[in-house]
Amino acid sequence: MCTDCGCSQVDTAKVQIEGEPHHHHHKHTHTIEVRERLLAKNDSFAMQNRDRFQSCGLLVLNIMSSPGSGKTTLIEQIAKSKGDRAHKVGVIVGDLATENDALRLKAAGATALQITTGTACHLEADMVSHAASHLYLTNLEILIVENVGNLVCPAAYDLGETLRVVLLSVTEGEDKPLKYPTAFQSADVVILSKIDLAEAVEFDRETAIANIRRMAPQAKLFEVSARKGLGMEAWLNYLQSLMLLEVCR
Amino acid sequence: MHEVGLMENALAIALNYASRERASRIEQITLRIGDLSGVEPDALRFAFDVVTQGTIAERAKLIVESCPTLCFCHVCQTQFQPTQWDYECPTCQTWSMAIVQGKELELTSLEVS
Ligand SMILES: Nc1nc2c(ncn2[C@@H]2O[C@H](COP(=O)(O)OP(=O)(O)OP(=O)(O)O)[C@@H](O)[C@H]2O)c(=O)[nH]1
Ligand SMILES: [Zn+2]
Ligand SMILES: [Zn+2]
Ligand SMILES: [Zn+2]
Repeated sequence: MCTDCGCSQVDTAKVQIEGEPHHHHHKHTHTIEVRERLLAKNDSFAMQNRDRFQSCGLLVLNIMSSPGSGKTTLIEQIAKSKGDRAHKVGVIVGDLATENDALRLKAAGATALQITTGTACHLEADMVSHAASHLYLTNLEILIVENVGNLVCPAAYDLGETLRVVLLSVTEGEDKPLKYPTAFQSADVVILSKIDLAEAVEFDRETAIANIRRMAPQAKLFEVSARKGLGMEAWLNYLQSLMLLEVCR
Repeated sequence: MHEVGLMENALAIALNYASRERASRIEQITLRIGDLSGVEPDALRFAFDVVTQGTIAERAKLIVESCPTLCFCHVCQTQFQPTQWDYECPTCQTWSMAIVQGKELELTSLEVS
């Protein structure tokens, strides 16, 4: 019991005496155990998204990389590979300010929607949910989310995707995977991009692949040049097989 | 970065708990932030001052407990703390990406009055 005012709250309460002790001016504070994740709300949106995508039999990619690693170019090539079914490739693009990426993707035939994030450095599940409600999901064969170019925070946000894809271009240096453990550790697929430039930048392929294997032993690895079409067939075939799996589920 | 958004989430959780307990002020908020979470504690503090303005958490004390990365070594069946770029078990030199701690972004507890 509190000896100053006799309040009953004392076993749980920590009494802080303020001012002079004999004036009995004190406040009772007590501790509340919370243990709640700051991203709990995002995760529940992500779960809703995942349910919705699965019920449409839709394969959903979340593509992450540093700025300029070639995300948009890769998605353009996925759309183009579908020929007259390119519009069945839905794309949600997160970009800081411009609509450039969405325009490029539309030009490639995809059904693209831009989320202009303003100051946000990543996409969140509720943004994807909102954008997805503007798309006819049942008309799509695949939905691709191009995350904001940044390898730090997008990795912390589940969007409800089926597959997390992390791009690393040969111009970024071989030790990039070591510097961004969270992104690589959560990847289902790692794509080494712009391999047409490897020679020009004296890219050390062995070291880079060893680093990817170490940080992302769980991930499937593809080496591509979306610009020159190198290695694209294996990657596209892989996507095709996943799309079929998703539809059959 | 996105520290303001995270702090808004933290404040919403805190206000919710405080109102359930009919607290009139939030005196202290304790967060657990993993070293791999990509969050800057200093930026969190700054964001905290901004988002708590005009709420019952204004001028509350923010405690950020950082938690170091821990990996599990399947060979030794023990946990170890990797150094920044090196996820090798110090005992058996096996590389492990089985991260068991370090990504936390959690509101642990509140002190209210
Ligand atoms: N040589 C070469 N250049 C490429 C390749 N893929 C993309 N690029 C170029 O790299 C630059 C960036 O490509 P984007 O596809 O816009 O990259 P991004 O990741 O979407 O960029 P942000 O959305 O700004 O993060 C462009 O100039 C592309 O033409 C490639 O395979 N080879
Ligand atoms: Zn882009
Ligand atoms: Zn962010
Ligand atoms: Zn070991």
